[in-house]
Amino acid sequence: MISDETLRIGVYVCHCGSNIAGMVDVEKLATFAEGLPHVVLARHYKYMCSDPGQELVKKDIATFDLNRIVVAACSPNLHEPTFRRAAEAAGLNRFLVQMANIREQVSWVTADKDEALEKAQAHLAAAIRRVAGHEPLQREFVRITPRAMVVGGGIAGIQAALTLADAGKEVILVERQPSIGGHMAMFDKTFPTMDCAACILTPKMTAVKLHPNIKMLTCSDVQSVEGSVGSYKVKVRRRPRYIDENMCVGCMQCIDGCVFTKPKFPNPFDQGLGLRKPVWIPFPQAVPPVPVVDPEVCLQLSRGKCKQTCVEACGERNAFRFDQQETIEEYEVGAIVVATGFQAFDPSVIPYYGYGTYPNVYTSLEVERLLNAGGPTSGKLVLRDGSTPKRVGIIHCVGSRDANFHAYCSRVCCMYALKLAHLVREKTEAEVYNCYIDIRTPGKGFEEFYNRVQNEGVQFIRGKVADITPVAGQGTAADGGLVMQVDDTLLGTIRKINVDMVILAVALEAQADTADVRRTFGISCSTEGFFLEKHPKLAPVNTANDGVLIAGACQGAKDIPDTVAQADAAAAKALVLIDSGQIELEPNTAWIKEDMCSGCMTCISLCPYKAISHDADRKIAVIDAALCKGCGTCVAACPSGAAKQHLFADEQINEELEGLMNYV
Amino acid sequence: MSGVNKGKLALYWAASCGGCDISVLAIDEKILDVAALFDIVFWPVAVDAKVHDVEKLPDGSIDVCLFNGGIRTSEQEYMAQLLRRKSKVLVAFGSCAQEGCIPGLANASTRRQVFDTVYHQTPSTENPSGLEPQPKTEVPEGTLHLPVFYDTLRTLDQTVKVDYYLPGCPPEAERIWEAITAIVEGRLPPPGSVIGATTTVCQECKRTKHEKKIKKFYRTWQILPDEETCLLEQGLLCCGIATRAGCGALCPQVNSPCIGCHGPNEGAHDHGARLMAALSSMIDSDDPDEVDRIIREGIPDPVGTFYRFGLASSQLRRTNKTVRSNGKSRSPLPPGEG
Amino acid sequence: MSEAFKPKIVAFLCNWCSYTASDLAGTARIKYSPQVRILRVMCSGRVDPAFVLKAFALGADGVMIAGCHPGDCHYIEQNYKTIRRHAMLRYFLEQMGIEPERLRLVWASAAEGQYLAESIDSFVADVQKLGALNWSANWEEDGQREEMLAEIVREHAAVMEVQP
Repeated sequence: MISDETLRIGVYVCHCGSNIAGMVDVEKLATFAEGLPHVVLARHYKYMCSDPGQELVKKDIATFDLNRIVVAACSPNLHEPTFRRAAEAAGLNRFLVQMANIREQVSWVTADKDEALEKAQAHLAAAIRRVAGHEPLQREFVRITPRAMVVGGGIAGIQAALTLADAGKEVILVERQPSIGGHMAMFDKTFPTMDCAACILTPKMTAVKLHPNIKMLTCSDVQSVEGSVGSYKVKVRRRPRYIDENMCVGCMQCIDGCVFTKPKFPNPFDQGLGLRKPVWIPFPQAVPPVPVVDPEVCLQLSRGKCKQTCVEACGERNAFRFDQQETIEEYEVGAIVVATGFQAFDPSVIPYYGYGTYPNVYTSLEVERLLNAGGPTSGKLVLRDGSTPKRVGIIHCVGSRDANFHAYCSRVCCMYALKLAHLVREKTEAEVYNCYIDIRTPGKGFEEFYNRVQNEGVQFIRGKVADITPVAGQGTAADGGLVMQVDDTLLGTIRKINVDMVILAVALEAQADTADVRRTFGISCSTEGFFLEKHPKLAPVNTANDGVLIAGACQGAKDIPDTVAQADAAAAKALVLIDSGQIELEPNTAWIKEDMCSGCMTCISLCPYKAISHDADRKIAVIDAALCKGCGTCVAACPSGAAKQHLFADEQINEELEGLMNYV
Repeated sequence: MSGVNKGKLALYWAASCGGCDISVLAIDEKILDVAALFDIVFWPVAVDAKVHDVEKLPDGSIDVCLFNGGIRTSEQEYMAQLLRRKSKVLVAFGSCAQEGCIPGLANASTRRQVFDTVYHQTPSTENPSGLEPQPKTEVPEGTLHLPVFYDTLRTLDQTVKVDYYLPGCPPEAERIWEAITAIVEGRLPPPGSVIGATTTVCQECKRTKHEKKIKKFYRTWQILPDEETCLLEQGLLCCGIATRAGCGALCPQVNSPCIGCHGPNEGAHDHGARLMAALSSMIDSDDPDEVDRIIREGIPDPVGTFYRFGLASSQLRRTNKTVRSNGKSRSPLPPGEG
Repeated sequence: MSEAFKPKIVAFLCNWCSYTASDLAGTARIKYSPQVRILRVMCSGRVDPAFVLKAFALGADGVMIAGCHPGDCHYIEQNYKTIRRHAMLRYFLEQMGIEPERLRLVWASAAEGQYLAESIDSFVADVQKLGALNWSANWEEDGQREEMLAEIVREHAAVMEVQP
C-alpha cells in the first residue's frame, strides 16, 4: 500500500461533446478536483474515450509520475475497460483506475446546472478519495476445458449440440426423457409452413445420434454442478432403462410380446390421452430407438415375478437388464448450455373454462396429439365418444396476458391457435370460432398465414370467453354440447355459442422445477419464472454465471425459428469460451485475512456458490477465489472483519462515502 | 527505562467504575516488579500525589500513563489534556477509555435527563428545593466551580491523541502484564495500535461450531444451554463473534454469552455494526415480516445489546438529542426536547 | 423548516440491477432529483450496516439501498441477506431516535430506469418532509464546555503559579 505522501492522482473530466459539458461546468469541476488531497493534475477534455483522450492519460502517467487515475465521464459499465487498458499501456496497474459517473447519473438526469455541478463534484470527490485506497491487482484468467454440455434434448438442445459438434467440440447431451425431441416431437404440423414437425425434426435427431462428437445421455438429469466457468464438474444421474442401449436393435418386438396384451397405462407423451404397456416407447421415431420399462407397473420390477415374455421376444439380442441400477457419472466441461424448455400451463386452475370437468375441453397440446398421425387416435380429431366435432371453439390467451396467472404474452399461441383452427377445418370441416384479445402474428409468413386461415372460413371473435358451461337441460356435458359465452367487443354484444369441443390455447410457462434447476446451474430467474439472461438486448443467451448459456423456451416463450436461432447463438457463445482457451475474471473476489478469522462460521452458509468452506484443521474460513463471484455478502456479514474484498474493500467504500459527503 | 533510573508511571481514572485500577493489582506479586521499575507519580486511588504535582512536571516527563475511564466532565477532559502533555506514552487502559464502556451507555440520554433522574425522580430522592450541581456558584468568599457534566461521553481518543489501547472491562491480568513488559522491553507495536489479539473470542472458545442459521433469539433466562454447542447457535446473543479475543472466552465457558467487553476486533471501529451485520445475516428466513418478528421478539434492546460497551466510540456515538418520536420508538428519550 | 431544505441522500446501488437501471434512466434522459449521491457496489448484499451508519454520521438525511427483486438477484439469493440487515437497521435506528423512514430499501431490475427515478424522487420528497437530520450536531455540547475548561486552567494557574 503506497503511503499517503507518494500518492499522485491524475483526474480527467470528460466533456463527452455536449453530453456532459452541456449541463456540467467541466472547467469548474476540474478546478474543484485540483483542490482535493493528492491530486497532482486535473484536466478536462472533449472525448476521453477517444484515442487522443487515452494518449493524454498515458503521457501524463509518464510525465507526471501518476500512480492513480480518475476519469469523470460515462458509466464504468461502458468504458472502465477502456481506461484500464490505457493505464496498463502506460505501465500503471490497470486496477489503479476509478471512474466517476457524471453522465448517465448526473448530466443526463439533472435539469439544473448548479445542482448538476454539485452532484458531479460529490461523485468526483468520492472517486478521488476511493482510488487512493486501490491496490495493484493481478488479472485473473482461468483455463477452459474444451468440452461442452447441453442440458435438454428438445429442438434447442439438439441444435446447440449439433452446432458445437460440427465445430469439432466434444458435446455431452443430457435429456431427462427416454427420447430426445422435446415438445416439438409432440406436434403435428408447424406454423406457418405446415411442415410436419416430425419430418423436420427427425433428421436432426438422427444426426445427433450418429454424430461422433456427441455423447447422448437419455433418461438422465443433472444432479449437481461444482466448479466454475472453464471447469465445471457435473454429476449426471443416469436412471435405469432396464434395457441395454448397446444391445437393443429397435425391433420393438418386446412391446408386442409383453404379458400385458393390451396397453393399460396412461402415455405421458400423449398427454395422458393414449395408453401404453409397462415396456413402451414414447413415439415411433424416438431417439434412441430403444424402449424403456416403467418399474412401477412392470410385473417383474414391481413384484419380482413375471413370465418375461418380453425377454423371450427379444431372443438372441438379449437386451433386457432388470438388475440395472441408477448410476452417477461425472463429466468435466468448460461450458454448459441449458435448454430445458417449457411446460404447458395447466388450465384446471381456471374452473370457468371447465378443463378437467367437461370431457371435451382440451389443451392445445392434447389436440396436437390427437391430430398427430402417431397419436392416440391415429390423427383423427374426435371427441371423447369417438364422434367428429362439428363446432369447435378455440380460446386464446389461456393463462397468458392475465393478471391472475401470467402477465406476459406467450408469443406462440396466436400462431398455433390459427394452426389448430386450420387443421381442424381441414380434418373435420367443423365450424371454428377463435376467441382472441389481439392476433399477434409478427414473424415471416405469419400475417399471410392469418389471412389464409381467415379465408378458410374460420370465425374470429374479439373478446375474452367468460365461461364454458354445458348446454342447459342436458345434464352433464357428457350428454351434450358446451356453451361458450364470449363478449364480442366488435359487435358489442355477449354471445353464447354452442360448441362440441373447446381447445384452450394455453400459455407457455417455466418448468415446475425451475427454482431447483436454476440453483443447480447457479443462474437466476426473472419474475416471470424463466431463466434470466445477462442482458435482454445485448446478451440474451449469456447468464450471470459466465460459463452457463441458455437457449430456447427456458429463457422465455418463443417459437421454433427463434429457438433454433438462439440455440446457435448459445453454441457460438460456448465456442467463444472454449476456443479462446481461457476466460478473464474480474479480481473483485473476497479473501480471508487469516490472523483475524476465528472460525466462527458466520460466513459459511452465506455463499450461494459454496466458495467458502471451513478448514477444520486450522479452524478458519477459506475462500476459493475461483468459485467466488465477488458479491461481497460475506464481507458485509463478517463480525471480525476477517473477510475482505478486493476492489470493494471497506476502506475504499468508507473513503468513497467521505468523498460523497465531505466536499459539497 | 530499565536500570538505575526508574521510569515515571501515572494512572488516572476518569468516568469509570474503579475496576481497572483494581485490575492492575490483579497482576498479584508482579506489582512489586512494577514498583521496582517505575516511580508511580500519580494514581489517585492508591497514591497521595496531587494534580498540582503533575502540573509541575516537565512536559513529556511521565514515561507511561495508564488512563482509564471515559471523558464525561470538563475536569476529566482537563486531566486527559494534562496527562497527554506530560506523558510520553498515553495508554487508553480498559474499555471506558477505549470505547466508553458502560458510562458510555449514558449517551442514550442527555445531561438534562440524567440530572432529572438522579436528582429529582428516583423514589428514594428527597430534594424539595430542586438542588442540582451547578458549574458555578457564588458564595461570599468568591466563586466555586464544579466540573461541567457533558451531554455526551467521549472516549479518550476523541479528546486527545492516544498511543496505545488495552481493551477489556477490565483488561485481563495477563494482558496487563504483557503490555507492561512490552513497554519495558521496547517491543511495542506502531503507535495507535491496540495491544491485543487480532481475532475474536470464538477462537478461544472451546464450544463446537457449525453453520449459523438462527430461527429465534433467546434471553439468557429463557433457556438452559447445552455445554458443548456454540451459544449463538442455540439462539443466545453471544457477542463473541465480533469481540476481540484475549479473555480466554471465560464467559461462554460458564454458559454465559459474551457481552463484548473487549470491544471490536482489529480494524473495526463500530462494534455494534459488526454485530448487527453478522446476527442479521444469520437469521434463517427470507420473508421480511418473519425476519422482523424474529429480531423484535428476540432482541428487546438493540442499543444496549450491540453497543453495551462501544456506544461512545461508534459512528453515531449517541442517540438523537432532538427526538422526533414516532410513538413506537423504544428510545429512553421522552418525546420533545432532550 | 425552510422550503429550500435540500436533503443529502446516499444511495447504494447494486451493479447488475439498480445501478444499471440508473444508467438506463440516464440513457432515457429521465430527470430526477439530484439530491441522491450514488455509490456502486456489486450486490446489495455488500451493503454493510456500518456503511449506512457512517453515511448518517457524515450528514446524510436519508440512505437508500437498491437491489434486484427478490428471486432475481444476480448472485442468486444475496438480496435476502439485504432484507435481514435492513430489518435490523430499521429497528436499531428507531431506538437511536432516527426515523426508520430515513432508510429505504428499493428493488429495481435492470430494466426499471423509470421506476428507480420515481422511487428516488418519492424518497427525496419524504425525507424533505422529515427535515434535516444533521447528525453531527448531536456531538456538540452547549458551549459551557469550552468556558469551563478555560476556567479550570485559569484557576490552577492562579493558585499554583504554573504556566498553563
